[in-house]
Amino acid sequence: MGDAVKRHGAETQQPVLAAKNVVRRFGGLVAVNNVSFDVRPGEILGLIGPNGAGKTTMFDLLAGSILPSSGEIYLGGVPVSGEAAHRRIGRGLGRTFQIPRPLPNLTLIENVMLAAQGQTGERLLANFLTPWRVAAEEKAAAKKAAELLELVSLTRLAHEPARVLSGGQRKLLELARVMMADPAIILLDEPAAGVNATLLEVIIERIRDINESGITFLLIEHNIDMVTRLCHRVLVMASGELLCEGTADEVARDPRVIEAYLGGTA
Amino acid sequence: MIDLVGYGAFFLTTALIFSLVTLGLNLQWGLTGLFNVGLAGFVAIGAYTSALLTTPDDPARLGGFGLPILIGWLGAMFVGGVAAALTGIATLRLRSDYLAITTFGVAVVVQLVALNAQKLTGGPFGIGFIPRPFGGLAETPLLFNLSNLAIVSAVTLAAYLALEHLTRSPWGRVLKALREDERAAISLGKSARFYRVQAFAVGGAIMALAGALQAHFIGFIAPDNYLSILTFQVWVMLIVGGSGSNAGAIAGSVLVWAIWAGSGALTSVLFAPEQQARAASLQIVAIGVMLCVILLVRPNGIFGERPRRVRFGKRTKATASESGS
Repeated sequence: MGDAVKRHGAETQQPVLAAKNVVRRFGGLVAVNNVSFDVRPGEILGLIGPNGAGKTTMFDLLAGSILPSSGEIYLGGVPVSGEAAHRRIGRGLGRTFQIPRPLPNLTLIENVMLAAQGQTGERLLANFLTPWRVAAEEKAAAKKAAELLELVSLTRLAHEPARVLSGGQRKLLELARVMMADPAIILLDEPAAGVNATLLEVIIERIRDINESGITFLLIEHNIDMVTRLCHRVLVMASGELLCEGTADEVARDPRVIEAYLGGTA
Repeated sequence: MIDLVGYGAFFLTTALIFSLVTLGLNLQWGLTGLFNVGLAGFVAIGAYTSALLTTPDDPARLGGFGLPILIGWLGAMFVGGVAAALTGIATLRLRSDYLAITTFGVAVVVQLVALNAQKLTGGPFGIGFIPRPFGGLAETPLLFNLSNLAIVSAVTLAAYLALEHLTRSPWGRVLKALREDERAAISLGKSARFYRVQAFAVGGAIMALAGALQAHFIGFIAPDNYLSILTFQVWVMLIVGGSGSNAGAIAGSVLVWAIWAGSGALTSVLFAPEQQARAASLQIVAIGVMLCVILLVRPNGIFGERPRRVRFGKRTKATASESGS
């Protein structure tokens, strides 16, 4: 791990992220119903459940893409339920998407540099009033972005537009991009989906490396092998509710989980 | 020969004023993806603002205030920028098609105000006696046209360099990100509304400056100068030059204005005076045909952002073997 990855100490036991009695309704449908959980510093927490369980809605609530109907979300102990999505990364929450969203006509390095926070050059007038400062920050951001691309084995394509990437490479790019913001916690939405076995190993290794630097992960995943190998704890959702939690082995043996996945046929 | 040079200077001055409007549109659409079809309104706001600030006092209407031309231009940019920002705050949450309808409505409102608010704008009679830079040289048209060309060239060059600087800056990178994928950009901490309003305001200010330049170049403005045909012309200029490229915005403006002016001259030669009003429609036909040809031959325009060629020949194979997904 190079200097590009900011190390986060797990010195505090205050949850990095917490949901308290969160409810989200879409008209008459209750997509997330009274869900509460904590994400502890330094852990990799898995969130699994059958399709339609409400996992991605829960992710969107945590990331601020949608707001809860009721309940509260805390980020580093601070209530953020009403806060806009673009402010949450500044509080240390980064996310990736189920279907990766690279910026196709920007190069890989531009994609990663975009995630740098607090850049002077993102202020219109600063580009004319303090160009030397903008240039210095850009140079530092480019160096860090290059290191992050190296971390995810995409250095070779750094100056190509992101649209040339395969599905798996797009997920790696998203990982590098979100790392650029020095998050304390990263929400990963199905990082294994549509990725071949070789690249999946690379993704698992990188997540483990990054986690060892102290960054916390909350991971939605259907690939149970990946969940078992990576996650310290697993939450199971079904029909918008939190069903149970435990280690991967514990939840796999839980009859309620078997019922939820197999509809009672097991 | 002298007449030809004089006409060339006149032609280029007009084309460069158009290119300023196109540069403003390129910031809004080419860089940020904001579908503004009401740009004629912002050009009009700039023209009227500068005219009111700089013309001599007229008891028949508000103003003028007899201020220096430079103050008129700065005032035009300020008022145009504020008008665009207010429009942006009210509308930029709309999807592109609804944004187009709304901005078109804004332009119609501005044009109708210019036509009817006689105490402010002179109504259908417009505003005359707008001071012209180097007005003292009007007796020698060649020198007058060359002087105006020099000043308009300098303003256009300054706008071009400033926009190029912004396009390559982190600010420009955020605008491109919002154009490409708003949700991804928001997830990376960028406020879509904040940046879009800025881009819309800066683009509006540049358009207003162009309106002011034109007003002082011609010396007279009227509501008919700001009909939707102006919006059509500028959009064609941007598409022909290449959306996303500042150089393309200028090249497209010169080329389209050349065809517009050339076809106008041709119709005046080919058609009898009583048929020329109807024959003027052929100018729009000529522009339309050129637009079709350009889009067929170069879909991204002359200088448009084209897909960058991958620099190593085995990329596809390498990518496939790396991911297999």
